Amino acid sequence: MALLLKNARCVDPSVQLDAQRDILIRDGVIVETGQCGTVKLPKGTAVDLAGKVLVPGLFDMHVHLREPGYEYKEDIASGGAAAAKGGFAAVLAMPNTKPVCDSGPRVSFLLEKAREVTATRVYAAGALSVGLAGEALAEIGDMTAAGAVAFTDDGRGVQSDGMMRRAMDYTRTFGKPVLSHCQVESLVGSGVANEGVASTRLGLAGWPAAGEEMQIARDIALCELTGCPLHIQHITTAAGVELVKAAKSRGLPVSCEVTPHHLFLSEDDLDCTYNTNLKMNPPLRTAADAQALRAALVAGDIDCIATDHAPHAAHEKALEFELAPFGTTGLETALGLVLTELVATGQMDLSTLVERMSHAPRRILNLPPVQLAAGSSADLTVIDLELPWQVEADGFVSKSANSAFIGRQLKGRATDVYVAGYASLKKGELVGESC
Amino acid sequence: MSALSSEHLLNIEDLTPEDIYLVLDTARSFKEVNERPIKKLPTLRGRTVVNLFLEPSTRTRTSFEIAAKRLSADGINFSASTSATTKGESLVDTAQTLDAMNCDLVIIRHRYAGSPYILTQNMRAHIINGGDGKHQHPTQALLDLFTMREHFGHIEGLQVAIVGDIAHSRVFGSLAPGLRMLGASVTAIAPPTLLPARPDVLGADVCYSLDERLGQFDVVYMLRIQQERLEESPFPTLREYSRFYGINSARLAALKPEAIIMHPGPVNRGVELSSAAIDNARNLLLYQVNAGVAVRMALMYLLLGGESEA
Repeated sequence: MALLLKNARCVDPSVQLDAQRDILIRDGVIVETGQCGTVKLPKGTAVDLAGKVLVPGLFDMHVHLREPGYEYKEDIASGGAAAAKGGFAAVLAMPNTKPVCDSGPRVSFLLEKAREVTATRVYAAGALSVGLAGEALAEIGDMTAAGAVAFTDDGRGVQSDGMMRRAMDYTRTFGKPVLSHCQVESLVGSGVANEGVASTRLGLAGWPAAGEEMQIARDIALCELTGCPLHIQHITTAAGVELVKAAKSRGLPVSCEVTPHHLFLSEDDLDCTYNTNLKMNPPLRTAADAQALRAALVAGDIDCIATDHAPHAAHEKALEFELAPFGTTGLETALGLVLTELVATGQMDLSTLVERMSHAPRRILNLPPVQLAAGSSADLTVIDLELPWQVEADGFVSKSANSAFIGRQLKGRATDVYVAGYASLKKGELVGESC
Repeated sequence: MSALSSEHLLNIEDLTPEDIYLVLDTARSFKEVNERPIKKLPTLRGRTVVNLFLEPSTRTRTSFEIAAKRLSADGINFSASTSATTKGESLVDTAQTLDAMNCDLVIIRHRYAGSPYILTQNMRAHIINGGDGKHQHPTQALLDLFTMREHFGHIEGLQVAIVGDIAHSRVFGSLAPGLRMLGASVTAIAPPTLLPARPDVLGADVCYSLDERLGQFDVVYMLRIQQERLEESPFPTLREYSRFYGINSARLAALKPEAIIMHPGPVNRGVELSSAAIDNARNLLLYQVNAGVAVRMALMYLLLGGESEA
């Protein structure tokens, strides 16, 4: 069966495309693209996407699917559904599950279960160290063989410099990037909010930006020493971006990501209501940092947007701020936020959005590119730029509703998502069946 | 309906300067009642006041308890060792449980910042913050303001130094903004290891040296060094701390003649105040404690509507 997607505005900077096109898909692969009305559909379904935007499927390279171990927060099926609802065709799952994803069989479990329960493509990031303890190397080779595409101790920084050096040296054997969560724990201490205005005003232990920037600088030095590709996770400060920018200009294989919450919120959003959905690791920084992050994202100094989707159950977040767990969900709000805050305001064009949310993550992870061109896998996201909607606590597909953006009025969201030609989202509704 | 512009007192900023003066004026009349042989008023008869103390406290809890009794409220103590929280009940559940018992006023002391707000979201009662983590302790600030006002006749224009463990101090968190609201100036004096990141946010300027400007302050407010914080090693030894930041006889002599020394208590004798300094300040420290009962009576009375059955 073939599928013809007609009349959408197709945007893909990798093939210099921003025009109305018809796209013909067969057996999960794009077989033809052409001027509207010129592509013939031999037998199959035609979908009219007039007024919509069609882009290579979005990719979120930082999500917590929570399975195994924390299925009450999220599982692979619900996380995959949340991804589809948010317009993502693929996600990279972080290894801090219970047990930790630190061996080949655990990678296999994740990938096999994902194939069974979700239409969303799920990739695995394996742990760098056994149990994320930062002490002994995990079986990175075995995990690579099982399909892991990157390695990280996400959730905490690798504290020992020697261990990080060894981990990067060894990971290089298998040609995979190391994803680094940068923080010096002895500086963070019991910190729960950015050290500065917010920590002082709210009487919370501070979390200084220096602890993040020092480890970014260390990991860049180790990247230079080892040659291992380095990806800095959820960067939060202007100074951190400068370090990455300088490393890139020296030709080092360094990239970085930013989350929607660090782009569009700041410590100023923390007030005496102590909203625990704003408790993040790393914390929300200053408004000046957020502004610098937005500029760096547009300019390309930040390579991509990743959500750090971190679902937590309602009872876990309904605690005193200092006791509640860190994190916000992100899969279902990221695209709407970027469209509303950056695209609709004219700061970023759609081609740049595609580069930051679709191409860059796949390139960083050495995955085959997805393009709006014949021969590419038909992983596609369809966007309605005009659709207004409000982020509501009871409006999530995710099992958890701990979004930092509840109440936000947004414009634009995904209406359809295709993964290898199969719809995971159709007209805004989740689907599983073939098309 | 509260007679103040807020239904609760969580942060000193919940009050306007007019509110603060109303509390202080009301406290003055209650203070007079407290000097009578029969110290009880029927004002809050039939009202239920809960002391929800989830962190050990004797002084503050006792002060609230006496205040409630003097106003004829039915006071209940709910403390950490006897409460469900030690069995793992969340604060939300504790609040809803207490709410189901129809409380009128809850005073909460808890080791976590922002916990009083959680009560306001889960209870119908008026809430008074009796100290939340390192955040605020607004009733302490009010009794301190009362003390300064009674002593000097005004607060506006006073130069106040607050000395010591400011980083971990909820007293500073309420007192500094309160003083600024009423037109006093505030200087935070401590080594940087005992300062929050941005004291300016709370209205204070900073000085690392106690001696440098000691002669210009009207009030030198000494904070308690909390022994339990010392494992973080914010300074080398108590001896060295006391040498640079303690009030001793030499520093007493360097004060303005009319200057006063205050302390929220309990004092670490020989650390932040030498015995000579305590003896010098004794009357005022006890005045603060005495004023605390009156100020808390005033707050309870005003939050519960300022209506009197009498």
